[in-house]
Amino acid sequence: MIQKSNWKRDLSILAVPLIFLIIFYLLPLAEIARVTISRIKLNEIGRAVNWQMVFSAFSFTFYQATLSTLLTIGIGLPAAWLFGRFKFKGKNALRIASTLPFILPTVVVAAGFSALIGPRGWINVLLMQLMGLTVPPIRIMNSLLAILLAHVFYNTSIMIRVVGAALAQFDQRMEDAARTLGASSWQAFFKVTFPNLLPSILSSVLLVFLFDFTSFGVILMLGGPQFSTLEVEIYIQTVQFLNLPLAGALSLIQLLFTMLMTLMLMRLGDSAFADPIMPRMQEENMRSPRSTWEKTFTTGIIAILLLLLVSPVAALVFKSLLVEGSQGSELSMRYFLELFSNRRQSYFYVPPFQALLNSLRFAFVSSLVSLFLGLLLSYGLRANSRFNRWVEWLMMFPLGTSAVTLGLGFFIFFFRGTGSARWYPWLIPMAHSLISLPFVLRVVQPVLRSIPVNIHWAAATLGASPLGIIRRVDLPILWRSFMTAALYAFTISLGEFGATSFLSRPDLPTIPVAIFRYLGLPGSINYGQAMAMAVIILVVCVISMLALDQLQYQTFRDKA
Amino acid sequence: MRKILYVGLLACLLLAGCAQEPAALTIMTHDSFAASEEIITHFETANNVKVNFLLSGDAGSLVNRAILSKENPIADVLYGIDNTFLTRAMEEEIFEPYRSPNLDSVPDWFYLDPDFYVSPVDYGDVCINYDKSYFEENSLDLPASLDALTDPRYAGLLAVENPATSSPGLAFLLATISEFGEEGYLDYWKRLKDNEVVIVSDWETAYYTNFSGSAGQGLQPMVVSYGTSPAAEVIFAETELDEAPTASLVGDNMCYRQIEFVGILSGTQNRVLAEKFVDFMLDTSFQEDIPLNMFVFPVNEQAELPEEFSLYIQIPENPAELPLEQISANREGWITDWRELMMQ
Repeated sequence: MIQKSNWKRDLSILAVPLIFLIIFYLLPLAEIARVTISRIKLNEIGRAVNWQMVFSAFSFTFYQATLSTLLTIGIGLPAAWLFGRFKFKGKNALRIASTLPFILPTVVVAAGFSALIGPRGWINVLLMQLMGLTVPPIRIMNSLLAILLAHVFYNTSIMIRVVGAALAQFDQRMEDAARTLGASSWQAFFKVTFPNLLPSILSSVLLVFLFDFTSFGVILMLGGPQFSTLEVEIYIQTVQFLNLPLAGALSLIQLLFTMLMTLMLMRLGDSAFADPIMPRMQEENMRSPRSTWEKTFTTGIIAILLLLLVSPVAALVFKSLLVEGSQGSELSMRYFLELFSNRRQSYFYVPPFQALLNSLRFAFVSSLVSLFLGLLLSYGLRANSRFNRWVEWLMMFPLGTSAVTLGLGFFIFFFRGTGSARWYPWLIPMAHSLISLPFVLRVVQPVLRSIPVNIHWAAATLGASPLGIIRRVDLPILWRSFMTAALYAFTISLGEFGATSFLSRPDLPTIPVAIFRYLGLPGSINYGQAMAMAVIILVVCVISMLALDQLQYQTFRDKA
Repeated sequence: MRKILYVGLLACLLLAGCAQEPAALTIMTHDSFAASEEIITHFETANNVKVNFLLSGDAGSLVNRAILSKENPIADVLYGIDNTFLTRAMEEEIFEPYRSPNLDSVPDWFYLDPDFYVSPVDYGDVCINYDKSYFEENSLDLPASLDALTDPRYAGLLAVENPATSSPGLAFLLATISEFGEEGYLDYWKRLKDNEVVIVSDWETAYYTNFSGSAGQGLQPMVVSYGTSPAAEVIFAETELDEAPTASLVGDNMCYRQIEFVGILSGTQNRVLAEKFVDFMLDTSFQEDIPLNMFVFPVNEQAELPEEFSLYIQIPENPAELPLEQISANREGWITDWRELMMQ
């Protein structure tokens, strides 16, 4: 929906999200910058900065992020096609399963990967038995391949959800028209369908690239010491050496580069912007695969998704149920039951229910905040003015910012004096929203822009008020992307990744915190409980997603 | 709606400045802090105080946060700073001196700070744990020294944490520097690397993903962990065990001793309560609570150890040691050189 820019109206809508960004992003960053500058000691300016190392960190960051993104596109686009075009058995289950990686802490993912494809993983053991080998045939732990696979594992669902939804709403009759006019099916795709999908594709590619570029846990835990990204260097310079000036310089390099990439991709999106076509709400273009080619394609993609995205999660669930007994291993719920007993009478014992409640509470508040702000932003940014493009760009900054730096900035800015810990509960959902807001914007924005302005005029002619238009026209069309956005905001908060894991945690343990507490001690019970906790968060996530999917696909089906 | 938000945000900001609850004591500590509920509650009722714990990441993050917030201290007491980070905190002057009377029961070889800015609370050894059954099944001798680990018989059998990102990893690096000297340690690591030592980022991964003696059932039968880990394996075993499945290698200089300290943060408004908390941490009852909660040893000589500690733990006679000043002056250089060598 391209509208004429109305500077004053837009600014009043944008004021709230902008103030949010200033308080929870710009001010903390300014504070950490101030502290950093105050800590530059003149006699240390010559402190040997290993530019060779900085350069190699940068180039590896770029290299692995580009490879990871390309690989994610390579798997994500066909997968989006699968979800946007075809009906098949277990579609909803697969859609949900492919989103689960998002909430898992990296250390748990590493455990899932290693249970599956580690040197003693089930696949390797099976292959060794089948082929009579003495050494494991699959050796990818601690390699670039492990990093790439983990990134694909984490991020493919972004493409499935964002591009898949756009494809499902695309009016396929346009393609049919092109075919009638003599285009081949490839021509119809590249000249009609693809240009219309391009804004969504670019949106999701941008998100995937930013996540890959600022990746931290995956690089450290699955890559090993021979790999170092900017974010890893920032972490080491900050935590290990407290060399804030160097860490700050690295953060700046990372931010400048990611924001340059963002600008480029956003420009590309603007220039690729096609004329909006009325979106279809009924999914009438969904059908079962018919030709042999379609059947092979769908089966192949489903198999790849099962292997790459679902099997590590399944391995984890299996692992949490596999209990080492005196008579070998058996399946049992013992680790889950153990969660409910405070054996050591510890002050820091985390009742699983309490942790779950804390996690859900944060996730709920964070989703509401980011959806509310995201909706304001999307409306405020409808017009394609220079100011709006600038604001849209600015809103992406938190995703490109080093989580270590931002976390520290949050800490210094908000924690002052011994009383400040008490309003920590307010800060967590705000930090989560900061990360999910760019998501909401990138998911909702392309859809809002794709609504042709003439149906607004039609509604207005028929007597609808401006609010009535939003409620009766925009919301039904936006609803699906809105629910997708809600889902990401919710899972980002549940999984607590990025900046938020660097906040202090007093008496409000969440599930990821509980997982780390269990993994901090040796012993099979601790390990089992950590896995059980991870499975609990998975189950909660599945339930929430089922509920959201229900809302997403049903509510407006009859009304639209 | 917008108005409500403005007001809300303003209120949030204002709250930052004011608000201080009477008789609340805030303790900043690392994420692995643990204690019995009973003992904390006892302190709270005895002193009519609410104790808030601020878990602030690993030991390194904890110290950094204390340093960066020293203008507006967020806590009254800091517990959990170890000897590898101690000098950094001292240089930044974040502590106020206090000599607890309970220090009388603490032997003075625990780096006792002569000015009592910090007091030792507990100590533990970072040692190599080994999987007993692996060595038995393969009738392999145990490596008797750090040097022996470069023997081809142990090729690919040891998992070590990256010293740049892990506290036990750093402790192990310091042990090798103590054994081979600043001139020799890189050469040793080169030999370890040629012997296919496996480096991982953190203790959790090393122990649970790589170590064959843990529930994760990895591939390496040796891992850099803690001297107390074998006892934890027994206590947290799925079925009752008569003996620990793992043990520590405690040859000379093979373990590095970490000591954890407590200190009163300068600028505290709760000096009296803070002193009481330091006394409390050094008191026999808390000291006896330490082993089974945090799996480290109490410094107070009068504290009795739990049975599991005497049964399943090997204690090194000559753990590695380095002077604090030397660590503080060279840590960054050592780690950087190590990374350059191992990243090649």
